[in-house]
Amino acid sequence: MIPGRFEYHAATDVDDAVRLLAEHGADGKLLAGGHSLLPMMKLRFAEPAHIIDINGIADLRGIREQGKALVIGPMTTESAIIDSELLQRRCPVLPEAAQLIADPQVRNRGTIGGDALHGDPGNDHPAVLMALDAEFVIRGRKGERSESVDGFYVGPYLTALDDGELVTAIRIPTPAEGHGYAYCKFKRKTGDYATAATCCLLEMEGDTCRRVRLTLTNVGPTPLRATDAEALLTGSEPTAERIEQAAQAAMSICNPAEDLRGSPEYKTHMAGEMTRRAIHKALDRARRG
Amino acid sequence: MAKHAITLNINGQQMDVAVDSRELLIHTLRDRLRLTGAHIGCETSHCGACTVDIDGASVKSCTVLALQAQGADIRTVEGLAGSEGLHPIQEGFFEEHGLQCGFCTPGMLLRAWRLLQDNPNPTEDEIRHGMAGNLCRCTGYQNIIRAVQHASEKMQSGETAAAE
Ligand SMILES: Cc1cc2nc3c(=O)[nH]c(=O)nc-3n(C[C@H](O)[C@H](O)[C@H](O)COP(=O)(O)OP(=O)(O)OC[C@H]3O[C@@H](n4cnc5c(N)ncnc54)[C@H](O)[C@@H]3O)c2cc1C
Ligand code: FES
Ligand code: FES
Repeated sequence: MIPGRFEYHAATDVDDAVRLLAEHGADGKLLAGGHSLLPMMKLRFAEPAHIIDINGIADLRGIREQGKALVIGPMTTESAIIDSELLQRRCPVLPEAAQLIADPQVRNRGTIGGDALHGDPGNDHPAVLMALDAEFVIRGRKGERSESVDGFYVGPYLTALDDGELVTAIRIPTPAEGHGYAYCKFKRKTGDYATAATCCLLEMEGDTCRRVRLTLTNVGPTPLRATDAEALLTGSEPTAERIEQAAQAAMSICNPAEDLRGSPEYKTHMAGEMTRRAIHKALDRARRG
Repeated sequence: MAKHAITLNINGQQMDVAVDSRELLIHTLRDRLRLTGAHIGCETSHCGACTVDIDGASVKSCTVLALQAQGADIRTVEGLAGSEGLHPIQEGFFEEHGLQCGFCTPGMLLRAWRLLQDNPNPTEDEIRHGMAGNLCRCTGYQNIIRAVQHASEKMQSGETAAAE
């Protein structure tokens, strides 16, 4: 199995990539780690006439702290996310999620940008970035804009990104010191996409939950934010009863497709269980400081 | 479409080769350069039989364009054994029966080699997680874990001996 024919362009910098995208329009496709795009091209699910390789653009890699935000280059690999001392300290949920993606070889090539922008509901980073209130910094011919991750995903493989645009950075407001976090993912085997997964981030003030984010992976056409479940926990003590209500509220918004990973009922059930576990784990971590 | 000229540094040897844009690295290695050690198992990025080392990292060469490896340092299974004979990792697989049909073995060896470069003394758990991208249909993995442990011990004692 090999991809169909295409013309290969190695973009030298962001301006060059924008120019190549503008030139080739809908026929052009950016190549990041290639671990979603190349498999799709082998299967002819994607047949771009022009491949614009952005691996040579050093500006698109790296993780840094800028004021009250963490700025991650979209070409940063999963392995680099896992190894980042800065993220382990400031935003440990990202390395935790990256560690649950695919396998070591795939993580050496796959990038956070490719994962977040591919639009497969099975990708893990979208829900995590949504929980983190992250935004994409986007460049196109008309200049720069940014889009909140919450609301960015329209449907499977459909996002708010236009053909001529690329993401140049992912900006994450630095999570509060001592926040609780968890990404709980249920998968059939190592290297598999989620049957269901939940990201929970929370901030405690004594026994009260000051702020909560709950988002879900692969139980709908896009990542889902469980706002009702969040509201149930916000401003109150997270008792066993409230946590159960929140898990039920999260299950009520699930709308997974039936596939080899199971029936919609089963996946919804697992989303509930992942939500319970994620809340408990995040609470435990917040309490331990 | 015109071919592209690229240079690959494979097992310490510079190789110039002309490739198609859509050509996957595994095909360049096997079909053009006759380095048939790396295998094609699944072709879908799952099995790891095609694993080679590119610029210090294990990569599935069925999921990289040859063009993307321009200028890269690549190591394949052909580059493991030295003039003194089998590499300790190969010896480990031999001694511990880490293979049966051997189809997955070149990928296993290259992945284990990188794992031990990065972490010379891994725990059993670290070996299992580190080797998670390589599938084997024969052995049931237990002997593969032992083979990596064997290699780890051998390589470390080799280093101590060299230092003494
Ligand atoms: C065996 C296997 C198991 C996997 N398991 C998981 C898993 O458990 N969880 C998971 O989340 N993923 C999984 N993946 C997918 C993997 O993480 C991919 O690497 C990831 O989805 C895509 O990232 P990439 O860098 O490889 O992007 P590519 O495949 O190169 O690109 C993906 C898409 O994003 C677009 N794109 C890339 N960068 C930009 C940018 N800067 N701006 C605009 N568009 C851009 C590309 O044009 C393309 O359409 C798995 C893959 C394999 C092969
Ligand atoms: S042939 Fe490359 S992963 Fe199976
Ligand atoms: S030895 Fe046969 S597949 Fe591993």
